[in-house]
Amino acid sequence: MSLSHDEVRKIAHLARLDIPADRVPEFAGQLSAILDLVAQMNAADTTGVEPLAHPLDAGLRLRDDAITERDQRPDFQAIAPAVEAGLYLVPKVIE
Amino acid sequence: MTALHDLTVAQLAAALNRGETSSVELTRAFLARIESRDREFNSFVTVTPERALAQAAAADARRRSGDAGPLTGIPYVHKDIFCTRGVLTSCGSKMLSNFIAPYDATVSERFNAAGLVMLGKANMDEFAMGSSNETSHFGPVRNPWDLTRVPGGSSGGTAAAVAARLAPFGTGTDTGGSIRQPSALCNLSGIKPTYGRVSRWGMIAYASSLDQGGPMCRTAEDAALALNVMCGFDVRDSTSVERADEDFTRNLGNDLGNLRVGLPAEYFGPGLDAGVAAAIRAAARVLEELGAKITEISLPNTHLSIPAYYVVAPAECSSNLSRMDGVRYGHRCERPKDLLDLYCRSRGEGFGPEVQRRIMIGTYALSAGYYDAFYLKAQKIRRLIADDFVRAFQEVDVIIGPTAPTTAFRLGEKTSDPVTMYLSDIYTIAVNLAGLPGMSIPAGRADGLPIGMQLIGGYFTENLLLNVAHQYQQATTWHLQAPPHAG
Repeated sequence: MSLSHDEVRKIAHLARLDIPADRVPEFAGQLSAILDLVAQMNAADTTGVEPLAHPLDAGLRLRDDAITERDQRPDFQAIAPAVEAGLYLVPKVIE
Repeated sequence: MTALHDLTVAQLAAALNRGETSSVELTRAFLARIESRDREFNSFVTVTPERALAQAAAADARRRSGDAGPLTGIPYVHKDIFCTRGVLTSCGSKMLSNFIAPYDATVSERFNAAGLVMLGKANMDEFAMGSSNETSHFGPVRNPWDLTRVPGGSSGGTAAAVAARLAPFGTGTDTGGSIRQPSALCNLSGIKPTYGRVSRWGMIAYASSLDQGGPMCRTAEDAALALNVMCGFDVRDSTSVERADEDFTRNLGNDLGNLRVGLPAEYFGPGLDAGVAAAIRAAARVLEELGAKITEISLPNTHLSIPAYYVVAPAECSSNLSRMDGVRYGHRCERPKDLLDLYCRSRGEGFGPEVQRRIMIGTYALSAGYYDAFYLKAQKIRRLIADDFVRAFQEVDVIIGPTAPTTAFRLGEKTSDPVTMYLSDIYTIAVNLAGLPGMSIPAGRADGLPIGMQLIGGYFTENLLLNVAHQYQQATTWHLQAPPHAG
């Protein structure tokens, strides 16, 4: 399986990764090699096999609808890149 | 007299109980070793001397008041993947190189409550993605058995620190072998418990359906003592298993009289180093002399474990790591021109190449129209692999084999080819896919480098694995030997 440079750029965009243009060929080669490794799965016949998501096939627990969290906003915002008046700042989204 | 740093956790705990030493004295001794020796290994990202000495003084006070638990006052090194309130929690990444965790992981809380003393945070492969500790933003870790070689990964910093006697024991996490493989390469006893035993809350997620924390120690007895503190139901982890707490030391002394041990034929095929194969067969004979019955078994779908893993783990990592977006914490690029640019450049700059590769493989596998061919197919193969083990455990109680196909390889030897690096985990990955407990213990040398024997058991049989490991260690001395760079 061989990924084209365009496919690598598309995947990087979907993954929100800025990949410098000169690194695209290297990623194309390495990702293609990994997908070749993954393709060995196709040799296995999995007709009728139940997929396994949780090793112990456990379901989700429910808990009481009670307040368990305290307000930790100052702690969390102390490590944020940019905050103002209790809000996280990002570049302008709406003109 | 044996130096303090050469004592095991069990011996240190006994010395504390007898009043022969104090936690402050122990902590000072290990901090001094880290200060003078770690530049050779680079096993710590952060050393926390003031915090450690305060915890040690509190532990000593607790002991004086008669309120000490079994490991109160014992120092340890914590893999930098576990959140520690007020202390840098980098996960080996530039992305989190400024992340002072605002809360404690459940495992950190449990250690604090039990009165243990954190010496610092251990270096690791970036976001636990690697088998050599060479993907860390903080530089590679060197193996105390040979400074030109890797310690294994991703818990390579913990492995090197414990092997070099810079800490009595430490924590690791294991998604595809990251506790067992570095334990093998550094001559340690490390155990990955059954999935769901150790809380994942506050343990930075890589592949959530595979990740599991565990201790890395010098002896099986120490691993049992540490596991007693680490394990336990946690309501905050949705995959935590609801089971009564148990004492993992309780069966250590059992004899191996009726033990049925399986050697999987698939773990002794092409690619296995001859010296490693010979050592594992010799270890099997030791178990036989202790009363175990050895039979050859088959795990026919072993060859599918690496292909399935490199779908499941990247798919889950691409989802888990999407939270690192430069908005609320972590690295943010300079002067973003818009929100998309902020996301893409923060992530492009903050993640190293191995993390980016896995995110992209996962993104590709989960993209529209590919789900059945990749993630669903991999989950079906997971079932085949788990079923192999179910069948095997009808015939045997424990499976043994090599932990890794070779001893420690040279720094730089496998960095240029990701797929070659992935094959280092050929014997460990199936255990994560099935969610079983697995352990690695020292079992010989090839060219002076440590060899690890892997023990695999059925669900919730940590007690049995620790029992077999402990009995093996009563009959052998591999685990007691210190590396040449630990003087």
